[in-house]
Amino acid sequence: MSMGTAERVAPPPLVGTSRQRRLISGDRIFRAIAYGAAALILLIAGVFIIALFIPALPAITKFGLGFFISRTWDPVRSQFGALPAIYGTLVTSAIALVIAFPIGLGAALFLAEDARLRFLRGPLSFAIELLAGIPSVVIGLWAFFTLTPLMRDNVDPFLNHTLGFLPFFQGSASGYGFLTAGVVLAIMVLPIMVALSRDVIQAVPRSLREASLALGATNAETIWSVILPYARVGITGAVLLSLGRALGETIAVTMVIGNRPQITTSLFASGYTLPSVIANEFTEAVGDVYLGSLFYLGVVLVLITIAVNVIARLLVWRFSGSEPTGA
Amino acid sequence: MSLPLIRALVDRLVAGLIVLCVSVAAIPVLVLLLFVLINGLPGMLTPGFFTDPPYPQGVPGGGVLNAIIGTLEIVGIGSLLAVPVGALIGIFLSEYGRNPIGNTVRFISDVFTGLPSIAFGIFGYTVVVLTTHHFSALSASIALAVLMLPVILRATETALVLVPNSLREAGLALGAPRWRVTLEIVVPAALGGIVTGALLAMARAAGETAPLLFTAFGNDIVQTNPLQPMGALSLTIFRNALVPYPNLQQQAWAAALLLVALVAATNILARIYVRRSQR
Repeated sequence: MSMGTAERVAPPPLVGTSRQRRLISGDRIFRAIAYGAAALILLIAGVFIIALFIPALPAITKFGLGFFISRTWDPVRSQFGALPAIYGTLVTSAIALVIAFPIGLGAALFLAEDARLRFLRGPLSFAIELLAGIPSVVIGLWAFFTLTPLMRDNVDPFLNHTLGFLPFFQGSASGYGFLTAGVVLAIMVLPIMVALSRDVIQAVPRSLREASLALGATNAETIWSVILPYARVGITGAVLLSLGRALGETIAVTMVIGNRPQITTSLFASGYTLPSVIANEFTEAVGDVYLGSLFYLGVVLVLITIAVNVIARLLVWRFSGSEPTGA
Repeated sequence: MSLPLIRALVDRLVAGLIVLCVSVAAIPVLVLLLFVLINGLPGMLTPGFFTDPPYPQGVPGGGVLNAIIGTLEIVGIGSLLAVPVGALIGIFLSEYGRNPIGNTVRFISDVFTGLPSIAFGIFGYTVVVLTTHHFSALSASIALAVLMLPVILRATETALVLVPNSLREAGLALGAPRWRVTLEIVVPAALGGIVTGALLAMARAAGETAPLLFTAFGNDIVQTNPLQPMGALSLTIFRNALVPYPNLQQQAWAAALLLVALVAATNILARIYVRRSQR
């Protein structure tokens, strides 16, 4: 009665004890391999966390938690603080959401709801999916050569002229800065915002819609007082998942934000974000503390994005009752 | 029956706004593709673009052979690592994963999906570059493999769960052990979904730049040894865009066109495969 794993091409019709044992042991081995693969991803996750902290250790021991509130980023005097990069990350992501939220929600309503122009749904869905597949470095290249001059010569002067009484739209515009980075991020999170909100809106029960329309409400009133309230939690989740993407986007932002560690109220000014500092200064960073500070920024970035994503997933799960399949 | 004018107007206004939103959302992709095509074609048609390594800055001519080989090799090795492991984890989730361990794996995979891609670069840097003391294509492949893993395992799980239970029961009723039912009946039935997931993961990995900055690092010499620093199309685009030489900028656009074509081809292949296997 061997416990071997020998595979049989054609099992004999008679079932004996030895055959049963063999089958069971084959199942055991397969089960062990499957569990092993599952254990592997747990292992990778553990190593991942440690791997993020190890290169950051020189900076963590030197600056401690003061790193979060220091606004100095001075490689020459080897003084580093994360505040300008945190500020830039939050400001650019906020601009991205302010632009992408209404447009994304409107587009999602069209794709999920609008009975008119139905023939446009397929091509438009396809175009927005296509946008999600374009590599961020290509979006960055386009933004670097065509969006920055457009912002410098047209958009920024226009905003200065019309809304210049606000401190956000004052100062000289170079085209590189928070606002341009925010616009680029808006383009990049739009596909996520549209796809997720569309799914959430489609999950609103048909009967609710029909009841509202039967009571004499117009389409607009149905959207405002039935669909949006019902889908609110799910849409919040979609916004947070978009935020998670915006916070961590690296290359396209690095190419247009101007890369200067400063905190300004003017959105025309150059700035920095957490990932763009790392991407921009890695090759020139010398010394343990400088390199360590870059990786410390990486730790901060990962902690923020994990927090945002976990909250978003919980909201989306709670809304749809089951887990979403992919973003 | 007629609505009060104001309600009718608001309804029309909202309908108009919604159409406006969807148009605005669709415009960037058209503009982007048009720009990449117009700016990239001349560079792509330059002799030597596909066959020469880059020349030093300021010297006209040169190509991106180093980057083409680099992207293919880095993503290729990454896929060899990620696809089998990801498919196995997907099998685990679908066949054995209705328990807390399965839920933990799903949660971790979701967290990985949401992580910024630059974090995977830091992982590759610490685990491979710091231990071997130099940049290498292999470290980039490992970083990208972890980045691809969640996409592949979720696609595999989704595809396997869709296989009807009656197929599994039929196999078991014929006396086949569970592992043979899984590998010879369930997996072949779900192969379309698994291959699609793998192709989509490869397309995403090919477009990534941030994870390569501290791993593959870039190399202007044509390099095929995975233990050495290597170029990649995305790195060529990023670095060439920021230098003030028109011929290098033109090369960046051409590399962008090539990369978009590569990613689009992979995506289209995935769609075709899905359609064919659904028939």
